[in-house]
Amino acid sequence: MSGGVLIVGEVVDGGLHPTVRQLVNASERIGNEASLCLAVDSTFDDSVLEGIGVGNVILLEHTDTAADGSGGVYSLLTELACEAVKRLEPSSVLIAKTDAGSVISARIAARFDAGLASDCIDLALNADGKVAVTRPVHGGSALAVYEFAGDGLQVVSVRPGSFEPAPVSGGLPEIERLDMSDVSVEGEVPVLVETVSEEGEGIPLEQADVVVSGGRGLGGPEPFDNLRELCGLLNAALGASRAACDAGWIDHSHQVGLTGKSISPTTYITFGISGASQHMAGCSSARNIVAIDKDREANIFSHARYGVVGDWAKVLPAFTAAVAELD
Amino acid sequence: MLKIAVCAKQVPDTDIPPSQFKVDEGALRVIPPAGVPPIVNGFDMNAVEAALRLRDAGVECEIVIFSVGTEFALDVMKKPLAIGADRLVLVDDEASESLDALGTARVLAAAIERDGGADLVLAGRQASDWDQAHVPIMLSEIMSAPLVTLVRNLAMNGGGESFEVERVAEGGFQRIECPIPAVMTVTNELGEARYANLRGIMAATRKQPETMTIADLGIGDVANNGKLEMTRLFVPISESNVEFIEGEDEADSGRLLALRLREAKLI
Ligand SMILES: Cc1cc2nc3c(=O)[nH]c(=O)nc-3n(C[C@H](O)[C@H](O)[C@H](O)COP(=O)(O)OP(=O)(O)OC[C@H]3O[C@@H](n4cnc5c(N)ncnc54)[C@H](O)[C@@H]3O)c2cc1C
Repeated sequence: MSGGVLIVGEVVDGGLHPTVRQLVNASERIGNEASLCLAVDSTFDDSVLEGIGVGNVILLEHTDTAADGSGGVYSLLTELACEAVKRLEPSSVLIAKTDAGSVISARIAARFDAGLASDCIDLALNADGKVAVTRPVHGGSALAVYEFAGDGLQVVSVRPGSFEPAPVSGGLPEIERLDMSDVSVEGEVPVLVETVSEEGEGIPLEQADVVVSGGRGLGGPEPFDNLRELCGLLNAALGASRAACDAGWIDHSHQVGLTGKSISPTTYITFGISGASQHMAGCSSARNIVAIDKDREANIFSHARYGVVGDWAKVLPAFTAAVAELD
Repeated sequence: MLKIAVCAKQVPDTDIPPSQFKVDEGALRVIPPAGVPPIVNGFDMNAVEAALRLRDAGVECEIVIFSVGTEFALDVMKKPLAIGADRLVLVDDEASESLDALGTARVLAAAIERDGGADLVLAGRQASDWDQAHVPIMLSEIMSAPLVTLVRNLAMNGGGESFEVERVAEGGFQRIECPIPAVMTVTNELGEARYANLRGIMAATRKQPETMTIADLGIGDVANNGKLEMTRLFVPISESNVEFIEGEDEADSGRLLALRLREAKLI
């Protein structure tokens, strides 16, 4: 390969991260000969690549990839991705804007003096074959379109969830295993001591069909108990705005938004959340937003399907009681 | 003594009602709302707080704030000084407007180098204007220093040979031991920056920033050589189609809302 699109994919627990198929789909917007590279160890089972929809896959084999991927620093993965770029000389690199992808993409760009557009939600090829991207800026208050210019490497990171996964197509792609055992990280490296799981209470936000969230308008931690009760009745997950999390009323693992979780439930019910663009960035793919806020002018209402203008302390108990009586 | 460089960016205030957010589509610029002063990027203030907590924990350190930009509001940029940072270094240059992240990272690296280097470089996890989160990562690459992102807690180990870091990770957090020197990005989970007291504010008023231009740094041309150009900037229009549920009183509205949502099969 020389020229063309190189997708740098993530492997978790021997499988493909969900963003890999999304990147395959995204790559079709900017070229038709994408290659996919994955950092794997020798236990990697090719069969997960069945129907992946790219012509060829390059496996960058190194014994420490899994440890590096879960280690939180991603220095080996960076070296492997840079090595792949060096050998394959793509014109564009596509990568997901996950924790790992953010680090790897920016380090590739710095090393190769490349242009970098991050957290893109749309891609296209312009008339002269250059890549054009759309990305939210200013917390999602605005959208910006950028075009790559010049002949240098173009690095694009894609916001997870902004593309559907590519449909399963074809059988096994052509697979090339490259022995990368001589690649190492220079200098001293941070060492993972332990990973501590701190799953929030209740149903995971990303999986719930209904999410109930509270914001600064709730005024303290106690009303979150009322929301917990409602969540129980609705089989819903509990969310929050950053303001509520920063105030210490609820753990940050419940934060929805640009720098929190991205959710896409059928129904998203908010109490006392104004709908700042950074909050909406995490719930814009909710199909129906239902907002309760005392301010009729609150921005959340311009995104909501249903709304009640009022004090949560009066609306919530009656709403909860009525929900309990349904069925 | 540990030298801590904190990279901080002046950005438009994010706490304005969305209706006041305006762009000039022709000039491809954000129009700051009249009369609203800029702020120090919120996550960068979390980074300042991280540095101050190291000092609180007994680590002897010098905390120097580095910023690249132009048209600085000095009283704003002095906020970190007012809560305890020691010095402020401003690379004040109109040309900074046209720098991309890599250019900015090169300028910061040179400014830190000129100041004698640093054992720890801290920055916010991203800037709230262009939301890129590139600069500190690129800085680590340029300085060949290890990088830890999304730091929510930072301490020094007993012997002072390394940092003990907690970083936010999917579904929890990770404890990492990080060698010195290092670059880290700080997230709001660390906690908000402390408030300035009167003494701090007075002390900050008396301090003057050290100011320089990009040319002073002698690193040649770092301007964005047109790798990436913005061609459009616009505010997406969201068409409101909200149905307000109004009962006899607020409680009644709540009750009617439940019925309406059930009818629409949303709950
Ligand atoms: C870079 C960056 C990243 C960010 N990331 C996120 C993120 O991931 N997630 C996030 O949520 N935010 C994020 N923010 C913060 C965001 O900009 C807002 O500050 C935050 O979302 C506001 O939270 P809120 O809506 O709860 O509070 P507010 O904006 O203060 O709104 C409170 C609402 O409650 C209403 N209210 C008050 N009292 C009552 C009552 N008694 N009954 C009913 N309603 C009442 C008010 O009318 C108001 O609409 C980020 C900000 C920046 C700069």
